[in-house]
Amino acid sequence: MNPRLYPLYATIGIFLFACLVCYIQFPFMASTRVLGNLLTDNAYLGIVAVGMTIVILSGGIDLSVGSVIAFSGVFIAVMLRDSGLPAPVIMALLLVVTTLFGAAMGGLIHALAMPPFIVTLAGMFLARGAAYMLTIDSVPIVDPFYDRLQDAYYLMPGKGRLTLIGVLMLASVAVGMIVAHRTRFGASVFALGGGVQTARLMGVRVGRTTVGIYAFSGFMAGLSGIVFSVYTGSGYPLATVGTELTAIAAVVIGGTLLTGGSGFVFGTLIGVMTMGLIQTYIVFDGSLSSWWTKIVIGGLLLLFIVLQKGLLRLTTTRLASPQAGAPV
Amino acid sequence: MLLTIRSLTKTFPGTKALDGVRFDLRAGEVHALLGENGAGKSTLIKCLTGAYRPDAGEIRLDGQPIAPRSTSEAQELGIGTVYQEVNLLPNLTVAQNLCFGREPRRFGMVSSREMKRMAQDMLSGYGIDVDVSRDLGTYSVAIQQIVAIARAVALSGKVLILDEPTASLDAREVEMLFDVVRGLRDRGLGIVFVTHFLDQVFALSDRITVLRNGCHIVTEDTAALDRVRLIEHMLGRALEDEVEHRAVDHGVAGPVKPEMLAFDAMSRRGVVEPFDLRIAKGEVVGLAGLLGSGRTESAELLFGIRGTTTGTARDEVGPVRIDSPRAAIAAGFGFAPEDRKTDGIVADLSIRENIALALQARRGWARPVSRTEQARLAETYIKRLDIRTSDAEKAVGELSGGNQQKVVLARWLAMNPRFLILDEPTRGIDVGAHAEILRLIHELTAEGMSLLVISSELDELIAVSDRVIVVRDRAHVAELTGADVTTETVVRAIADHGREEVA
Repeated sequence: MNPRLYPLYATIGIFLFACLVCYIQFPFMASTRVLGNLLTDNAYLGIVAVGMTIVILSGGIDLSVGSVIAFSGVFIAVMLRDSGLPAPVIMALLLVVTTLFGAAMGGLIHALAMPPFIVTLAGMFLARGAAYMLTIDSVPIVDPFYDRLQDAYYLMPGKGRLTLIGVLMLASVAVGMIVAHRTRFGASVFALGGGVQTARLMGVRVGRTTVGIYAFSGFMAGLSGIVFSVYTGSGYPLATVGTELTAIAAVVIGGTLLTGGSGFVFGTLIGVMTMGLIQTYIVFDGSLSSWWTKIVIGGLLLLFIVLQKGLLRLTTTRLASPQAGAPV
Repeated sequence: MLLTIRSLTKTFPGTKALDGVRFDLRAGEVHALLGENGAGKSTLIKCLTGAYRPDAGEIRLDGQPIAPRSTSEAQELGIGTVYQEVNLLPNLTVAQNLCFGREPRRFGMVSSREMKRMAQDMLSGYGIDVDVSRDLGTYSVAIQQIVAIARAVALSGKVLILDEPTASLDAREVEMLFDVVRGLRDRGLGIVFVTHFLDQVFALSDRITVLRNGCHIVTEDTAALDRVRLIEHMLGRALEDEVEHRAVDHGVAGPVKPEMLAFDAMSRRGVVEPFDLRIAKGEVVGLAGLLGSGRTESAELLFGIRGTTTGTARDEVGPVRIDSPRAAIAAGFGFAPEDRKTDGIVADLSIRENIALALQARRGWARPVSRTEQARLAETYIKRLDIRTSDAEKAVGELSGGNQQKVVLARWLAMNPRFLILDEPTRGIDVGAHAEILRLIHELTAEGMSLLVISSELDELIAVSDRVIVVRDRAHVAELTGADVTTETVVRAIADHGREEVA
């Protein structure tokens, strides 16, 4: 078995274990309704976490995404109310704005050789501030196109609703998997995560890749913002505060190394699902405070960080032993 | 001629790094490029690989003038480079590393099966057996180095530059690498080989070119050069100094030096078997043994870097506490580690700051070493150790290896320790700095400092040590003194398995 897959197996193992615990406690949870809700409720998080995975794989971080989601919702709501443009046009416009925003952050990170943490922190305040500029109230979205989006679902056997936004999330994960693992851009992302200097020597166009990474994350944050606005039916500048951290948590629980260079987009989906499952369990239980979600997620995060450290140590000790990779 | 370089010149502010250098490379030869640090080797190579653009001169490959502007352009022209530190990505698979940038694609997506096949093809003929779908980082440095060579050859295929490829390999791995290089030479590649290990030069190269101070000194067939003349070319002066040292110490046992430190039954389970060590004032004790025999580990026990399972230390007065590097420093110990890049220097700090570091650590944060005092210290040691730098505020990371080592030494000397441990003090250092460090060791002992020197280069170890302790399989197995200290006896003690005479 290839050791590079261990973190992914651990993630899947924990998810299956969580499923089992839920099933034993509440057999009702094994229904397509729960599954449908799980996908719908976590759609925006899953989408933004895919972008975050790419960023973290490259050794970076994007703190702006939570604010960008809020900005997206407000942007759409205000534009629909004031401009009279059709909703699809506004959405396309929004995606262009957030993608450019991400690209600009990537460009700054590269051009000024600044830590992504600082640049995206500035981006976080900027986007949040821009959302407040547009409105300080929660703006309801009233639009026939939105109604159709909200009502679009496929009724699974067992009356579970596979909503459009749930499907969109799964599609994003699929796209993310292809981008990360099956393209040269993805290989460059991993290369950057392994070491910028080395990546450059191996022929990675560092600037272009960096801009691409943050543009991708910006696009995903915009898409997530659209999904969130569909989900909530409004735009509110105070929404999704701290979502960037939840996304980072999902990525790490999904088995991606926080320092970059190693991980899986599919793992992120499992990470999001695990976190959603815990939430669902608490809802089913009814007596637990919802803060328990945070506590369990905290514990899981800790577990994964320890696990990754342990794996790292395991590989280095094996490297140190002279027999490793002996010629035949 | 595969590659010809004529009157290549490159000037940096303040220095002429290359001054009208010429260099020829035939197809199917290994051409060693030698010179002290700062002689211009790396500048020449950087001009070839496109990292620098020469100010004047001409580079011709297959008769065509070339002027590569980047590493990738040089690669496309046919010039590939493998560096001392493996410049591949440990977090990618072997296959990904080999195929990076030219991944086979189907329908726009990378095909991992195709890539695996491609990687296996690239590695065939190198005599190594690796699973290309594993992370590169799970293999030893030697394997990684060979993978790097395979990649460079596949990408460029005419000229292969090996820039100190053996610096972190052990003897067996070096042999393995040389077999690969010889195979490539026989396939008709022109190979430029840069190294500090003269043994390896004579073992592998067909011709030798020596640079000094940015100038071409000599190009000759390896067979026509002997070691002494080669070193003379490199240094630009006769070698009497160095030879003289060797003759000095041994033979006659000098006056008995008073014992200063005594370590009893030092051990750590699974790392080093218990050993005793007595060190006299002004004495140099050498620690010989193969890589991984427990040399460095022994030193680490003495300096408190690793905790001991058993063992006590005492000096003339009483017991000495050495359970941490802090305690060891407080006890007047110093330690210049083997891997100075990661353990020795703080690359981003200036020479002045690096030198003042240990002294400040001993004083504690409440009593800062004043700026003037730091500057004075730096001045003193830059002069005394002949650290070559434009000024004391230069970041240590920008210095050459030999000068970095001198900074590490200066840091300890600033504290005036009574016992200094030098782990591979001359590794990766050019011949000139080498001789200076050996001279320094003699000077220090004359002042009454005691030294423990670890080195893989037996000649050097024997030249400086009063006494040599041989370490084998994690145990101290022999102690040689006086006239017994010769290369032959030490080698025999390292190799000997039958006779166990515990030191």
